[in-house]
Amino acid sequence: MRDLTKHSLFWPLVALALLLVVSVIATPSFFSIRVQDGHLYGSLIDILRNGAPTLLIALGMTLVIATRGIDLSVGAIVAIAAAVACTYMAGAPDGSSAGRAIVAMSMAVGVCVLLGLWNGFLISVLGIQPIIATLVLMTAGRGLAMLITDGQIITVNNALFKKVGAGFVLGLPVAILIALAVFAITAVLTRRTALGMLIEAVGINPEASRLAGVRARTITWTVYVFVAFCAGIAGLMIASNTSAADANNAGLFIELDAILAVVIGGTSLAGGRFSLTGTLVGAMFIQTLATTIPTMGIPAETNYLFKAVAVIVVCLLQSPKARAVLSVRRPTPLLMKGSAA
Amino acid sequence: MTTVIAPPEHPASAPSPRSPRGPAFPTRFLPVIATFALFVGMFGLGSLRYEGFSSPQTVLSVLVDNSYLIVLAVGMTFVILTGGIDLSVGSVVALSTMIAAETLRAGWSAPLVIAAVLLTGSVLGLLQGMVIHYFEIQPFIVTLAGMFLARGLCYVISVDSIPIKNETFTSFAQGTITIGDYFITPAVIVALVVLVIAAVVLHMTRFGRTVYAVGGSEQSAMLMGLAVARTKIGVYVISGFCSALAGLLYAIYTLSGYSLTAVGMELDAIAAVVIGGTLLTGGSGLVLGSALGVMVLGLIQSFISFDGTLSSWWTKITIGVLLLVFVLIQRLFTRRAG
Repeated sequence: MRDLTKHSLFWPLVALALLLVVSVIATPSFFSIRVQDGHLYGSLIDILRNGAPTLLIALGMTLVIATRGIDLSVGAIVAIAAAVACTYMAGAPDGSSAGRAIVAMSMAVGVCVLLGLWNGFLISVLGIQPIIATLVLMTAGRGLAMLITDGQIITVNNALFKKVGAGFVLGLPVAILIALAVFAITAVLTRRTALGMLIEAVGINPEASRLAGVRARTITWTVYVFVAFCAGIAGLMIASNTSAADANNAGLFIELDAILAVVIGGTSLAGGRFSLTGTLVGAMFIQTLATTIPTMGIPAETNYLFKAVAVIVVCLLQSPKARAVLSVRRPTPLLMKGSAA
Repeated sequence: MTTVIAPPEHPASAPSPRSPRGPAFPTRFLPVIATFALFVGMFGLGSLRYEGFSSPQTVLSVLVDNSYLIVLAVGMTFVILTGGIDLSVGSVVALSTMIAAETLRAGWSAPLVIAAVLLTGSVLGLLQGMVIHYFEIQPFIVTLAGMFLARGLCYVISVDSIPIKNETFTSFAQGTITIGDYFITPAVIVALVVLVIAAVVLHMTRFGRTVYAVGGSEQSAMLMGLAVARTKIGVYVISGFCSALAGLLYAIYTLSGYSLTAVGMELDAIAAVVIGGTLLTGGSGLVLGSALGVMVLGLIQSFISFDGTLSSWWTKITIGVLLLVFVLIQRLFTRRAG
């Protein structure tokens, strides 16, 4: 039992399970999934579909945080991706053809990768603190997105584009399939190769890992490109779900939700270790919360309160200091000491 | 665009602080001078381009419209000087406007309302500071939770906008102080008083010196026997207090309380502090710089409203570019110093 509670996924999973139990008590039909028009429908499917953008960004954010960094600009990148794709499609004469959609989406993701390169350049080459380097794009990014859309909400009507965020394949939402595919690829790349360990090494001590022969600069640069890439796809999903690009509101606060998902999942902001599965649980927790609160008859806006409580509780459970205070008889687990610094 | 960002080149070409010529100029004033030069440069440019811009009232209007942001930036400066960050300030501003509006509607007297708001902000700051210090959780994540908490509490009070009709508040809002042909509002006086008090506390008290010491190196400060715990928690209390005060000024400025106000205002405050020359790593910076940073941000708004053809989003882009320029300059200086 004790080994079980020490497992890094224990508390995040308990939190998610508790939340699901509360949801079922509040709305008994919460778990029911029915088939309609060949698709699966139900609260759980909604959670998966709407949680996909947050999950995607949180995956990228996990790697960034593992290198002891942070990326505040993802919300702005989401807005830019949506703006680029929709503006291009709306401006093209055959804006509803599949070919246009593919070009538009490639362009949007390409722009996002460039923005990721920019963030990575500021951080890994110029050595600016991640929080301030990405703050630059966070502030300017929404302005840029508005510049692209000319301050308008651009609506598009494209069948293929609509599929990315709102479509279904084999009864499952396309969005969550994309997110899970990225999750699987990231997990294989980081846990079946040395990449994950190298990222953790950079997070623990960039200088020491560089001296040990790790290409710390390249790795730091790569994770910022990766998170921007994830944010770009998330931006396409959000724009596709509403068939519109709203430069002001697309992806608003998604950077905070993504960071929360990572933290709830047990990845320490101090860097040096990460859990992709934890992030998956964290992202699902946040989306379940957002779905449960309104169905319980509580105003949707108050889910901020519950998020605050959740993040504080999870942080305290993971803080070695708090553990020492809360359970005097149990010695501080050795594993947790790394994050005490 | 390019004309706007030209002035910050001054600090790069300014003589090195360690130049042998003349008495050594305190390095810590350099970033503030750079910000001031930027402000003057922008004002000069505006005066050349737009008719009526050169009036001192332009500057005073910037003060009037941004007095709450000055108070906010002053509080944020304390936190950033210790190497921390406070993301909760925007939400605390919104919460303060809500508490003020709701309690006034319930018939509380103005002084009681003001006391309640200031107390709430300070207590929120105290709680965040204690969690940050005693449980060793990063300021970023704790104040992020504080941001969500305060925003959530706003919605618990009300989802709708609440107007403020209290006479004390409205008379304060409509009051003006004329200086010759020009005018300011009482809120400006409040902001300037806060600025002066903050400067005195930072430079003339033991607490202020400890703030700089903790930001320079927390471990060294601890080994020197300084009151690190009290200082680290203290700065968050100050930031909470300043946010609440800024919230009161904002409530007076808009004469309403609304849950959705001040979204992203913490970013404006952080941007102002950075443009004002305070290092985000802590240990170096002046509150005067932060106030000048706010003035620069405000002047960008004036530029856009005077021009009329520029769209509002240029504000964000310009702030981003200015942030970048200042961060790069800071990086240059710290690299040279280190």
